[in-house]
Amino acid sequence: MFSTRTFCASILLSLPALSLAQTDSTQHLQEVTVSGDRYREVIPSQRLSGEQLEALSSFSVADAIRYFSGVQIKDYGGIGGLKTVDIRSMGTNHLGVFYDGIEIGNAQNGTVDLGKFSLDFIDEISLYNGQKSEIFQSAKDFGSAGTVYLRTRRPKFTKNKKTNFISYFRTGSFDLVNPSVLWEQKLGKGGKFSAPTASLNVEYIYSSGKYKFRHTVRNSDGSVANDTTAVRKNGDIHALRLEGGFNGFIEQGKWHIKGYFYDSEKGLPGAIVSNVWKNSQRQWDRNAFVQGSFQKQLFKNYDFLANVKYSNDFMHYLNPDTTLMYINSKFSQQEIYISTANKYAILPTWDLNFSADYIWNTLDANLYNFVYPTRSTALAALATAFEWRRFKVQASILGTFVFENVRKPNAYKPDDKSEYTPAIFLSYKPFKRRDFNLRTFYKRIFRMPTFNDLYYTEIGNIKLRPEFTTQYNLGFQYNLPVGAKYFSFLQIRADAYYNEVIDKIVATPKGGSGGGSLYRWQMENLGYVEIRGVDVSAQMGWKLPADIHINTSLNYTYQKAQNFTAPKNEWEKQWYGGQINYIPHHSGSAIVNTAWKSWDLNYSFIYVGERYHNSANIRANYEQPWYTHDLTVGKSFDIRNSIFLKNGISKIKISAEINNIFNQQYDVVLNYPMPGRNYKIILKIDI
Amino acid sequence: MNKNILLLIAGLCLCLSSCRKDEEIFPPEVIPVAPPDTVGANNHSPLRGFYLLNEGNMGSNKSTLDYYDYATKEYSRNIFAFANPTVPKELGDVGNDLQIYGSKLYAVINCSNKIEVMDKYTAKRLGQINIPNCRYIRFHEGYAYVTSYAGPVEINPDYEQKGYVAKVDTATFQVLDRCIVGFQPDELEIVGRKIYVANSGGYMVPNYESTVSVIDIPSFTETKRIEVAINLHHLRADKRGTLWVSSRGDYYDVPSRLYWIDTQTDTYGGELPVAVSEMTLDGDSLYLYSTEFSYNAMDWTITFGIVDVAKKQIVTRNFIADGEEKKISMPYGIMVNPITKDIYITDAANYVYPGALICFDRHGKKKWQVQTGDIPAHFALLWE
Repeated sequence: MFSTRTFCASILLSLPALSLAQTDSTQHLQEVTVSGDRYREVIPSQRLSGEQLEALSSFSVADAIRYFSGVQIKDYGGIGGLKTVDIRSMGTNHLGVFYDGIEIGNAQNGTVDLGKFSLDFIDEISLYNGQKSEIFQSAKDFGSAGTVYLRTRRPKFTKNKKTNFISYFRTGSFDLVNPSVLWEQKLGKGGKFSAPTASLNVEYIYSSGKYKFRHTVRNSDGSVANDTTAVRKNGDIHALRLEGGFNGFIEQGKWHIKGYFYDSEKGLPGAIVSNVWKNSQRQWDRNAFVQGSFQKQLFKNYDFLANVKYSNDFMHYLNPDTTLMYINSKFSQQEIYISTANKYAILPTWDLNFSADYIWNTLDANLYNFVYPTRSTALAALATAFEWRRFKVQASILGTFVFENVRKPNAYKPDDKSEYTPAIFLSYKPFKRRDFNLRTFYKRIFRMPTFNDLYYTEIGNIKLRPEFTTQYNLGFQYNLPVGAKYFSFLQIRADAYYNEVIDKIVATPKGGSGGGSLYRWQMENLGYVEIRGVDVSAQMGWKLPADIHINTSLNYTYQKAQNFTAPKNEWEKQWYGGQINYIPHHSGSAIVNTAWKSWDLNYSFIYVGERYHNSANIRANYEQPWYTHDLTVGKSFDIRNSIFLKNGISKIKISAEINNIFNQQYDVVLNYPMPGRNYKIILKIDI
Repeated sequence: MNKNILLLIAGLCLCLSSCRKDEEIFPPEVIPVAPPDTVGANNHSPLRGFYLLNEGNMGSNKSTLDYYDYATKEYSRNIFAFANPTVPKELGDVGNDLQIYGSKLYAVINCSNKIEVMDKYTAKRLGQINIPNCRYIRFHEGYAYVTSYAGPVEINPDYEQKGYVAKVDTATFQVLDRCIVGFQPDELEIVGRKIYVANSGGYMVPNYESTVSVIDIPSFTETKRIEVAINLHHLRADKRGTLWVSSRGDYYDVPSRLYWIDTQTDTYGGELPVAVSEMTLDGDSLYLYSTEFSYNAMDWTITFGIVDVAKKQIVTRNFIADGEEKKISMPYGIMVNPITKDIYITDAANYVYPGALICFDRHGKKKWQVQTGDIPAHFALLWE
């Protein structure tokens, strides 16, 4: 596994990717030892890592993911605001999020709030359409329409060093106070392999979440009709994150154990509507998990991987507004997860993998008439990967078996479900001397109705079927020969795709009348969506005179995501085929990262084209395009000291960010105003 | 070659960057629904037209006001914003009632905690009445009476909050007094010197309210509670002083029903076996429809009907004659033209798509259909 071949291949493959940016060679070597074998990757991921990731003025994982192509973010604004990710318009529930190799589940609503995950000490974010092009993985890795992998920093030590201490301090707009410290320790001397390591990371976030926003409306002659400036309120957040673990290497293998604890209280700033400029709803979240992973080549040609996880999540929602319905809801979820994967190399170019997972979920809530569901899921995946000349193929089939139970006496429970879903990935390198790859994939997968979809009092519907997606993708990746003097790399990739979302679970009205909070809804498998899209991206590296390095990344996405839900009558046919809510036809991003000696300058741009907040694409439902320009300047200093190592070198880095430079006043989601121009100062000390 | 590719990509990105425009107030969309009257155009009708209030989904701030003109037969969509460009965030979030009294048009905007008061001919804003969680409005001798869910809070483990009826001066738009009633009071009706209020208890599931409150107007105090059924909603008084009360039921075992109260004695009168979501009274005919959902059956049924309030009998279970009722996804509002007896029904579709207004003639034959705002619901007739 850690053979030279893997090693070189990894370096080669990561070359064009953004990860290369200014990592020195020693770091790179250690980086590679842990990055696993990518040599068989059929379709490489979109990736952000290392200093490129650090240089992006992003606060959370969601902010960084915006720069990938094919991705749309729903951002409700502010530091504590909900941020969800939708990949290729299939809906947030179809995105799997993996944290250090194990999925973050949310059986209650199926959505992971990526705004909650800080970018501190995240080494790499990678996004795969379909699934990770590696068959040696748990069955769950095969179980989403698209997947984001977050890899936290694994401790790495320069020669003779036994302790690392890195700290960040961020402050700026929104009264942000955000200290974070990481302690890494090498345990023992280590023999043949580097010694096991321990790490502990503590982060605290406070922000008042206050920012000014302005709403200006003009008459048709251009004169100002009304113009309001107000302060976004009740967007405060207090959050504490504790994360720690142990990592180690063994003969032909590795292991890790980690614990994670997140505790937050935040205000939900809510929609700004006429005569209501402030809301008072609050939410408390407590997420804790422990997970472990063990991977080893047990015999020649046979690799074994085991993952286990226990997570415990608590959510408390309070509406204390005395003018509205008083709501004080508490939800607690538990998950147990066990997984094994077994890979057998039949030939050096042909692998076979079998994985089996078991997941147990439960949800408690203090809701009236709640049924207290538990769900057992068994997953089995059979996958194979082989290379033949310049072809690479990966094929898998996933069996999912779901058993639901409800603990409320005499309550109905949904039928057990079993589904078999295939995926096939192909790549072909037509020219021997050119690093040009054609790739294609097909995948059919589904998402289970969430506990909320099935059981939420009065809204839930136990008759729901899974929501399926089918994806077809055709594309290429071309690493151009780096001939020119100032060019260090140029990679172009493009993919065209066609997706279907079948039996989409949507809220449909259920009669009655009442207004306000008394609308009656019910979840149903009613929707049908077809998505036709193109993702194009180009990554370039320049090496200019005077030691100037420039990395650029351009991404563009075109999406036609149409709602083909069967109209209920002739009249509603006029909305048939409309672009679905909040999906722009055009979107894109650009990053330009310039480094000169100890200075770096990062410019990033995001563009989201015009959208409709409803698939009736009429003027009343129109949403303006929005685009933001962000700039970060950083300077590092080397300081010689002997704190952890005699004559060691510590790095101090100061960065300043200006985000939304042109102070655009925009909404991503209707009536949720986003911050205008804002600032941040970041101090990083790496001893 | 490489440079060309770069330029191409950069160019592509720039081309696609179509920019933001200023947010603009558009004039109303005017849709002719039928050719203007030729026959009988000279017959002067005292009925000018009607307003239709679209509720809009909660949080969308998309409550809008539409107007239909009987003379021009034109439907004007979203007239408030254009008539009142200086009002930030327009009409507001979730319109819940619309009434005309004197020269003024009153729109109760539930989630915006306000009542917009407009000139009844121009829809120009005259003022705003702030009442949190306001629901319905009626008038008596120069005062407006408004139900609100947001009464004083009783701090106990169950957290209970009664509703009230606010007394508002229609000249100054000031709230003068409050009368506490039951939990989550909905529609109200005034008969003689008494206000009747349908208490719903909609926030108290499963402990719904089941009474109609009677308020004596001179003393503005609650004098009586009349036991009717759980989760009461609408009230209509006929000319004989019979008060018709609709209940929502509990969506499980207790169905929605129509009841009557004798306002002479303030006692419960009886029940008719018909479900009611909304109703409108024209003479002795109470037109109603129901979209009743049952969690037990996991299904819902749409029904229409007319009740003869004199005989206290169901006259018909369907007043639409041409089968067009099957094409209504979600009936949400009803009104009858008192002169022509044309029947107007709104369709809220799936609550997300724009709604529709459908006009039927007195024989129940469809005349026309027009697109409205989101969740079209409440009518107000504009007389000369």
